[in-house]
Amino acid sequence: MTRGAWSVRVVRDVRLGVKNVLLHKLRSLLTMLGLVFGVGSVIAMLAIGEGASEEAISQIRRLGSRNILLRAAKPAADQNSNSGRARLSVYGLLYDDARRISETIPGVVRVVPVKQLEQSGRLRGRDLEMRIVGTTADWFDLVKRPIVAGRVLSAEDISGRAHVAVLTEWGARRLLATEHALGETLTLGGNAYEVVGIVRSEESDGQGMQAPDARTDAYIPLATARERHGDVFFKRTQGAQVREQVQLHQILVETADEALVEPTARAIERSLETFHRKKDYEVSVPLALLRQAQATRRTFSIVLGAIAGISLLVGGIGIMNIMLATVTERTREIGIRRAIGARRSQIVSQFLVEALVLSAVGGAIGIGLGVLIPRLVTVFAGMPTVVTAWSLLLAFGISVGVGIVFGMYPAVRASRLDPIVALRHE
Amino acid sequence: MRFYQKNRAMPMSMYGRLGAVEAAVEFEDLTKVYEMGAERVHALRGVSARFEKGSFWAIMGASGSGKSTLLSILGCLDRPTSGTYRLGGEDVSRLDDDALSDIRLRHLGFVFQSFNLVPQLTVAENIALPLYYQGVSERESAERAEKFAATVGLEGRLTHRPAQLSGGQQQRAAIARALATDPTVILADEPTGNLDTATSIEIMKLFRALHERGKTIVMVTHEPDIADWAEHRLVLRDGLVKEAT
Repeated sequence: MTRGAWSVRVVRDVRLGVKNVLLHKLRSLLTMLGLVFGVGSVIAMLAIGEGASEEAISQIRRLGSRNILLRAAKPAADQNSNSGRARLSVYGLLYDDARRISETIPGVVRVVPVKQLEQSGRLRGRDLEMRIVGTTADWFDLVKRPIVAGRVLSAEDISGRAHVAVLTEWGARRLLATEHALGETLTLGGNAYEVVGIVRSEESDGQGMQAPDARTDAYIPLATARERHGDVFFKRTQGAQVREQVQLHQILVETADEALVEPTARAIERSLETFHRKKDYEVSVPLALLRQAQATRRTFSIVLGAIAGISLLVGGIGIMNIMLATVTERTREIGIRRAIGARRSQIVSQFLVEALVLSAVGGAIGIGLGVLIPRLVTVFAGMPTVVTAWSLLLAFGISVGVGIVFGMYPAVRASRLDPIVALRHE
Repeated sequence: MRFYQKNRAMPMSMYGRLGAVEAAVEFEDLTKVYEMGAERVHALRGVSARFEKGSFWAIMGASGSGKSTLLSILGCLDRPTSGTYRLGGEDVSRLDDDALSDIRLRHLGFVFQSFNLVPQLTVAENIALPLYYQGVSERESAERAEKFAATVGLEGRLTHRPAQLSGGQQQRAAIARALATDPTVILADEPTGNLDTATSIEIMKLFRALHERGKTIVMVTHEPDIADWAEHRLVLRDGLVKEAT
């Protein structure tokens, strides 16, 4: 005997399921609510978590995963004596540090020393507080700053102590209101430089607040900076004038391989410890930060997964509860269908499909909620959020899975009813 | 009290053909033992009978006589403890649950005392319910529902819900549902038990009409008046056949 094509039966079962779900609209809606909020909150939380970690990770990645970043750090003892204005604080990385690292530490490919100082820049009568960055040609390669116009510093510029500068796009616009600053003469603290190139500005260098920031950088050869501007400079902060002597503000170290980053960083640290009497530097490893950020993301995902699991479990129990009630309520209908000739498996599929309809519709509404909430969070809280396709699929899949798992028991129970007993049920 | 005449006016043509007619229902030595804890209840103690195709039987007996058990077995809702049961020539006494479901779907039409229509379905959908399980297309199901609704006098009620119908109308819908698959046997379990006398007569007239059109009907009743509408009687007492006429 034919019981109809498989696909036709499925379509009919689904239609019957939808019909029965629609029969009790409020009840079905309340049943779905658990899954709606479960799925919605899972997607929303994943989107917020993803947004936060994506930002952190891309920031770290910009620093380069094979790189080690050394920064000058003013020791705490020096900071306290800021008020003594005659005092000269001497700290930071040394020219010798850069040389030593490149000569003695194995696994190091390139060492890029960076000297930073603040000077007012002047170009054709327009002024801008700028940050002079004295560095070498490798710097542009290491931080992967694209060229907008002209060229970056060359090895000849460095060795020849050329009086040339590379501006950022932002700085060039501010100084000249155009990008066509090439060949112009820029005056920095009384010294003249020829503008030879313009590079893309960096939105933020992570240190954020302080001005002038990375957008106002003027890149010049390190030796030129040392020769023309010296190591001692004044810093005007919070009304007080501070004299500082810093040779190098940063040293970027590139290693041959990601695997070498951490041992190299330890070797550098040991070397610095030997030659610095106080801790006037910081060693940061973007790769370690990246790993840390990724580990944090993983932990976050596990915690979220657990919360998601619990909320979906609760939703599933809600579905099971209502399906058990439905089966009891419709015992007689089950008896009728069985007497007429429905197989057990057909009763199972009838009630399972009903549970699935509940969970799938709940999951779909939950997806809507899960897409909406991150938008609202972005608009009202200003937090970046990323709704990934896999989180939608995951949440929806779990909700349908919950429907199957928690719908199965009531459905099987329905099919196991003795038709004779079921028919007598009042 | 008797409200209607014993109707013995059987179509004689059918009697004449009796010997040649094959059996729709045939059972031999059926027993059914229920285990109720330590106690064994013998509901049937060896029941045999042969219902020919096109016959109309009434199974009678007091409560506890075993008539409900016999109907469950004849309806393939239960299996006998021992004995054989042939339905349309096929031995169905040892089939598994799925096979029994298929037999019910193909060979049997049920009419119950309490009508047993699915409340959320319309009359048409209720009539077509077994067709759903047979995998009959929706269009054909609708056509057949309409046809059988007309057979039982329910034209124009196809879109009603059971609750909107009188008891008699509900039972007519149930009969139409039993007819929808053109079964070998229609099994009726106290079909007039929930109906008043006038409606009962209407329903019995409908059964007579179906019988006259050649349907095999097996009806369980404890009311002699209702049993009188049938052609034959099988009277049970204490799980045994007391009388078969």
